[in-house]
Amino acid sequence: MSNLLLLQVLNGAQFGILLFLVAAGLTLVFGIMDFINLAHGVLYMVGAYLMASLSMLTGSFWWGLLLTLPATMLVGLVLEVAIFRRLYDRPHLDQVLATFALVMILSEGVKIIWGAAPLNVSMPNLLSGSIPLAGPIRFPVYRLAIIAAGLATAFGLWFVIGRTRIGMLLRAGAHDRAMVSALGVDIGRLFMLVFAFGAMLAGFAGAMVSPILSVDPGMGDQILILGFVVIVIGGVGSIRGAFVASLLVGIIDTVGRIFGPIVLKMVLELDAATQAGRTVAPMLVYILMAAILCWRPNGLFGRTSA
Amino acid sequence: MMSRRGMAALIIFALLAVTPPVLIFMGQGFFASVVTRMMIYAIAALSLDLILGYGALVSFGHAAFLGIGAYAVLMLNSLGVTDIAAQFGAAAVAAAVFAAITGTIALRTRGVYFIMITLAFGQMLYFFLISLSVFGGDDGASLPARSTIMGQGWLDHDLALFYLVLGILALCFLGLTRLTMSRFGRVLIGTREDALRMQAIGFRILPYQLTAYVISAMICSVAGVLLANQLEYVSPQLASWQRSGELIIMVVLGGIGSLTGAMTGALFTIGLEEGMARISEHWKLYFGLLLLAVVLFSPGGLATLAARITGKGRPE
Repeated sequence: MSNLLLLQVLNGAQFGILLFLVAAGLTLVFGIMDFINLAHGVLYMVGAYLMASLSMLTGSFWWGLLLTLPATMLVGLVLEVAIFRRLYDRPHLDQVLATFALVMILSEGVKIIWGAAPLNVSMPNLLSGSIPLAGPIRFPVYRLAIIAAGLATAFGLWFVIGRTRIGMLLRAGAHDRAMVSALGVDIGRLFMLVFAFGAMLAGFAGAMVSPILSVDPGMGDQILILGFVVIVIGGVGSIRGAFVASLLVGIIDTVGRIFGPIVLKMVLELDAATQAGRTVAPMLVYILMAAILCWRPNGLFGRTSA
Repeated sequence: MMSRRGMAALIIFALLAVTPPVLIFMGQGFFASVVTRMMIYAIAALSLDLILGYGALVSFGHAAFLGIGAYAVLMLNSLGVTDIAAQFGAAAVAAAVFAAITGTIALRTRGVYFIMITLAFGQMLYFFLISLSVFGGDDGASLPARSTIMGQGWLDHDLALFYLVLGILALCFLGLTRLTMSRFGRVLIGTREDALRMQAIGFRILPYQLTAYVISAMICSVAGVLLANQLEYVSPQLASWQRSGELIIMVVLGGIGSLTGAMTGALFTIGLEEGMARISEHWKLYFGLLLLAVVLFSPGGLATLAARITGKGRPE
């Protein structure tokens, strides 16, 4: 039982790390540009599709991954220059509508190019084994690699934002856009950079997840909405908040789905427990979000005056 | 003296009322069911406009209430309750409870937070519906029969359903018109224009916003009950976040904060979708492009666009 719990916690951490890669871009764009981007989940999906094509084309997972990163960054850049730039000063409602339109366009575009059937990406040999965890239970190396890659990215973000000049400008921009602009910083270029980088992170997450999930046109929706939950819990604009909340959401969601029914079975009849567990488990993260909002309306790490 | 918008609404209702006989005369009676669906979405769009247009609350989880209404029909049906009045009642109560709980939490926040939280709560309900394996889970389930009125199966006739929907749409339109012009409506509009000022002159705005949210949810659940009857099929897709997005599109395309606009927007949007779906399998691509163009180049929706083209300035 405790071995199973450990396994599920690790699975949850892996899911949480992926969520973090998506949420990090979202929360930066929110915090710094006050821009709500519903198309962020689609970038994750585009990353997975590009990965599927590029790794097939080059015949190598690694080349595929290496090419997917600049490709998704480019997609992000094009979207920023062509569309998002015009929306920064618009009301949130306009941003919601325009990016929702983009979700429709890109999801349908993906279906036209790659078809609606799910694609598979093969795992590299180097990472395809599994290591013993505890007792008879083993854990796939690939999932460990995702966790490691995510942790490295989180560390990199922490370093860039906390310790470099660009990071300083970002923090200043999040605090007072007009002032940073008045001090002679090209805020437009800064925004472009943040956007492209956020797109690349989402694409990276999509590429990393493609060997363990099937790549399909709906994959961006679920991660987008969980990304919102993460941001609400963690606090808009806070990378640290996004990191903690991602892990929390990932672990609670994964463990809840497996252990919810098991725990309920101890108190309820068998059939009732199975149904109740199946009903409550997917709702857990949303209930968590509601509870945290009641306690701290600005999220765990949010600024107090939002 | 009737306003131009009131006049426009009257014309729309008159046109809708004569639609079925005209369509049947033309041998296109099938389209009456499409128009029924358009009107049902118009009810949903009207309900959303109350909070979105008059209260400036961008709710991205409104499809949840459509889902609640539709599942109320399915659930009561499985218990043998087929009377539509009972179904309306149950749907409205369930929607009111869900709206009161989620609204209380969501209204603690503003702006982007509110959008994300309503979206999350909508998704929560969506997953709840998916988990109901008794009612078909992911796939949903078809209704064994349409609802009854006082024990009679009148609604089995598409025409009867058409005029019932038309009647309810007219009732909602009139009711919401009166509500938005009442003191309550004026306070709501005040919070939209400047929440801080409303508080400064002594209003506690939360009860007003929450009441509007709950009323809006109840009306939308009525649309859900009707939608289940029209489709004779209920699935979690009715409550998906894309559906919530579509409802917002309807309100905005029609011109936000105008009940006639929201209604027209819904009729237009569903009509356009139906038309495009007949022409191309990939209609969502074209619909998305159109929407993007409208948002980028004509903020204020089609009403402003039409006004600009006819050179009459912003209609008011």
